[in-house]
Amino acid sequence: MSAVVDKAGPMLEALDERLTLANYVKRNLRKVFPDHWTFMLGEVALYSFIILLLSGIYLSLFFKPSMTEVVYNGSYAPLKGLSMSEAYASTLDISFDIRGGLLLRQIHHWAAMLFVASMSIHVMRVFFTGAFRKPREINWSIGVGLLTMGFVEGFAGYSLPDDLLSGTGLRIAEGIMLSVPVVGTYIQFFVFGGEFPGDIFISRLYGVHILLLPGIILLLITAHLMIVWYQKHTQYPGKGRTNDNVVGYPVLPVYAAKAGGFFFVVFGITVLMAGFVTINPIWAYGPYTPDQITAGSQPDWYMGWLEGALRIMPNWETTAWGHTISWNVFIPGGLVMGLVLTAMAIYPMIEAKVTRGYKDQDHDLLDRPRNAPVRTGLGVMSLTFYILLWIGGGNDIIAKFFDLSINQITWTLRFAIFIVPPLAFVATKRACLGLQRKDRDKLLHGRETGTIIRLPDGEFTEVHAPLSEEEKAVILSKTDHIPLEAPAETDANGVALSKRKLKAARRTAHLSRWFYDDNIPKPTPEELAAAEAHILHGYEEGHLVTEHRDSLEPEGGVLHDPNAEPAEPSK
Amino acid sequence: MLLIVLAMLGVVYAAVGQATTADAATDTAATQAQVTAGHKLFQEGCSSCHGLGAQGTQNAPTLIGVGSAAADFQLSTGRMPLAVPGVQAPEKKIQYNDTQIAALAAFVASLSPGPQIPTAKDLDYAGADLALGGQIFRTNCTQCHNFAGAGGALSQGAYAPNLMSASPQEIYEAMLTGPENMPVFSDQTLTPSDKQAVIKFIENIRTEPNPGGWSLGSVGPVSEGLFVWIGGLLALIAAAVWIGAKVR
Ligand code: HEC
Ligand code: HEC
Ligand code: HEM
Repeated sequence: MSAVVDKAGPMLEALDERLTLANYVKRNLRKVFPDHWTFMLGEVALYSFIILLLSGIYLSLFFKPSMTEVVYNGSYAPLKGLSMSEAYASTLDISFDIRGGLLLRQIHHWAAMLFVASMSIHVMRVFFTGAFRKPREINWSIGVGLLTMGFVEGFAGYSLPDDLLSGTGLRIAEGIMLSVPVVGTYIQFFVFGGEFPGDIFISRLYGVHILLLPGIILLLITAHLMIVWYQKHTQYPGKGRTNDNVVGYPVLPVYAAKAGGFFFVVFGITVLMAGFVTINPIWAYGPYTPDQITAGSQPDWYMGWLEGALRIMPNWETTAWGHTISWNVFIPGGLVMGLVLTAMAIYPMIEAKVTRGYKDQDHDLLDRPRNAPVRTGLGVMSLTFYILLWIGGGNDIIAKFFDLSINQITWTLRFAIFIVPPLAFVATKRACLGLQRKDRDKLLHGRETGTIIRLPDGEFTEVHAPLSEEEKAVILSKTDHIPLEAPAETDANGVALSKRKLKAARRTAHLSRWFYDDNIPKPTPEELAAAEAHILHGYEEGHLVTEHRDSLEPEGGVLHDPNAEPAEPSK
Repeated sequence: MLLIVLAMLGVVYAAVGQATTADAATDTAATQAQVTAGHKLFQEGCSSCHGLGAQGTQNAPTLIGVGSAAADFQLSTGRMPLAVPGVQAPEKKIQYNDTQIAALAAFVASLSPGPQIPTAKDLDYAGADLALGGQIFRTNCTQCHNFAGAGGALSQGAYAPNLMSASPQEIYEAMLTGPENMPVFSDQTLTPSDKQAVIKFIENIRTEPNPGGWSLGSVGPVSEGLFVWIGGLLALIAAAVWIGAKVR
C-alpha cells in the first residue's frame, strides 16, 4: 500500500510539472456549494439520465429496430404464432427470454419518467425562486431545451417497441404532422418514407433515440453543468448571505460525498420501482396493427398535456380551395406545446425588460416566491393550465373511476381552461401580498409568542418576541421594486423620441407597473430601529410579568391580571 | 372523440348483428310449465317496464326476439329487474334464483326465436386457441373494455365494465346478445370456437401472474404517471430532504 503511495507521489509531481493542473484542481475542489434540498432536484435529473444511458445500452444489445414481419415463437404463450414486427418480437424477448431483460426495461422506462419529472420540478424551483435572472438566462434556455428534448426522446423511446400503444401514439404524431397547413402531407411522407406506418420508421427512430437525441442531451447537460460551475450556485437568503458570496460546503469532501451517495439513492429507488411495479406491459397491449385500439390509450405522463389539449379541442375545421385545415389537430397538437415552451424560454427577457436596474446587478441571492407576486402568480397560472390539460388527457380514466361522463369533463375543461388559470393567478398574487404583509408585521411587531397578558386597562395582548438574526435577514432580503416610468416625450437634450420608440417605452412602463405596482414595502431602517426598541421593551416587560405570575400561581394560567398584583417588580 | 366514433360503430354493428341472430331456433329444452311460471314472474316483476306482452314501452325495449341468452345474461348479472332508470343498468345483487331465471328465460324465448343460452359444449373452451382469442379480443373488445379487460368509459357517462368477474357463460351471452352499447357478435361474426378462444383469453388474463410486478390497475399510462409523481418523486424528495438535513 505504502509502496503505491511512494510511487504515486513522484508520478503526480511529474504530471503536474507538465500539465500544471494542481492549482486548477485545488481551486475547483475547494469550490463552495450552498446547501438546500431543492438544489438536489436537478441532480435527480442528471442521475436518471445516467441510469437511462446505462440501461439503454443493455437494451440496445438485444433490441432489433426493424419493422420486418416475423412470426413470434418465444415463451409468452398468448402471443405465440402471431405475426408481428421484429421490433415488437425482440421487445417481447427482452421481457421474457433474456436474463434481467424485463427488469432493465422497467428500469429504463421508470428512469425516463423520473428524468422528465425531476427536470420539471427542478424547473419549477428555478422559476419560483427567480434563479433564471441575470447572469443565468442562458442556462435557463438550455434548461428549456433539455426539457423539450426529454419530451421528444421519451416519446421516441415509447414508440420503439411497436406495441399497440406505440403505434397509437405514432398515429397521433402522424395526424399532427398532417395538420400542418400546406406542407403537412410532405412532412408526413418525408418522415415515414411513404404511407403510415410504412416499414422504415422504427429503424429511423432508433437512430434518433439512441444516438442523436442522447448526444444532444449529453451536450446540453455538459454545457448546463459547466455554466453552473462557472457562475457558481445561487443561494437562499439568510444571515451573512449576499449577492457577492456563496455560503456552503466545499466540493470535497462534503458535497461530493453527498452527491455520490445521492446517486445511489436515486438508482436504488428506480430499481425498487422497476422490481415491483409494472410499467408499459407491452405484452398485454399486443403488437401494433392500425385496425386495433384499446381503452386507456395514453402517452407517458409528460405528453399527457398534449393529449389533453387534443381531447378537449372542439372539432373545428375549415375548407378553403379544396384543402382542409384541421384546427382541431393543429392548434392543440402543433401550437400549444410550441407556444408554451417558447413563452418559457423568453420569460427571463420579459422580466429583465420591466425591472428597474436589472442589468446593473447579478442576482445570486434567490427570491422568496412571495416577494415576486406577479412572477409567482404567472407560475401558478401556468401550472394550473398544465394540470387542467393533464386532466383532459386522462378524461376517460377519470370518468371511469369517479363515475362521471367524459362529455361533461370535456365541456367543463373547455371553459375551465380559460377561467381557472387567471383565477389561480389572482389568488396566488393575493396570497403573496398577504405573506408580505405578514413579514412586514413581523419586523415591526416581532414574533408572536403565544403568551397572552392582560394590561392594566384590562386589554388582552399577546407578548411579541424579537426576531432572530436569521429570520430578520431572510425577510429583509426582499427587494422593493420601483416600476419603470413612462419616458418624457423628449430626451435629456430636448430631442423628441420617435413615435414608435415612445409607444414601446410606454408599453414597457405599463407592463412594469403591472408587475410591480402591488407591493408591501419593507420597513425603512429608521422604522425598523424604532420598532425593535419597542418590541424588546414590550417583550422584557411581558416576560417579567409572566415569570412573576408563574411564581405566584404555580398551577399556571395563561391569563394574568397585573392589577391584582400587589408588588409590581422594578418597572 | 374517438370513443364517440367507436360507440357509433358499435351501434351500427349492433344493428347488423341483430338482423343475423334472428334466425336462431327457439329453446327446445324449455318445458311449457317453465314458460307458464316465467310468464307469471314476468307479469309481476317486469311488465311494468317491458309491457304486459313484453312488446316494450317508453321505458324499456321490447323483449320479443332477444332470446333466452339475453334474459339469462340480464338476470344472472343482476342487471334486471332494473331498479332506477339511468344511463345504464348496473350490475347488482341477483334478484331471482336459478329456477326462476330459467323460467323467465324460457318465457322470453317462447315469445319469438332468438339467441339461446349456450350449452355446456359451447362453453368448453379448454381446447380453444389462446393466441387467436387474444387477437379477436384486441380487434373487437379492447376499444371498450381495455387491453386487460379492466373496463373503460364510453360517451355520456356510459361505461364498458371490467370483465374480471364475468363467468364464461356471461361472456358468451354478452357476445351473443350485445347488451346496451355493446355490439352483437353473432355466430356469423364470431363462430362458437372464436367465442371460446375469447373466453380462454379473458380467463388467461385473470389467472396469469403479472411478470412485471404490481399492475397499477392495468389502466395504461395514466396510473403509471400518477405513480411516478406520487410514489417515485416523493420518495426522492424525501431522500433529498433527509440528505440535506444530514450534513448539518
Ligand atoms: C324499471 C324498468 C325495468 C324493469 C322493472 C325491468 N326492465 Fe328489463 N330493461 C329495462 C331497460 C330500460 C332496458 C334497456 C336498457 C338496458 O339494457 O340496460 C332493459 C333491458 C332488458 C333486456 C335486454 C334487452 C335486449 O335488447 O338485449 C332484457 C332481457 C330484460 N330487460 C329483461 C327484463 C326482465 C326479465 C325483467 C323482470 C325480471 C326486467 N327486464 C325488468 C327496464 C326494466
Ligand atoms: C362498443 C363497446 C363494446 C365492445 C366493442 C364490446 N363491449 Fe362488452 N360491454 C360493453 C358494455 C357497454 C357493456 C355493459 C352492458 C350493460 O351494462 O348492460 C358490456 C358488457 C360486457 C360483458 C358483461 C360484463 C359483466 O360483468 O357483466 C362482457 C362479458 C363483455 N361485455 C364482453 C365483451 C367481449 C368479449 C367483447 C369483444 C368480443 C366485447 N364485450 C366488446 C361494451 C362493449
Ligand atoms: C434521455 C434519455 C432516454 C429516454 C428518456 C429514454 C426513454 C425510453 C423509453 C420510454 C423507452 C420505452 C421502454 C419500454 O419498452 O417500455 C425506451 C426504449 C428504448 N431505449 Fe431509451 N431512453 C433514453 C436513452 C436511451 C439510450 C441512451 C439508449 C441506448 C444507448 C436507449 C435505448 C433504448 C432501446 C434499445 C429501447 C427499446 C427497447 C425496449 O423498448 O425495451 N435509450 N427508451
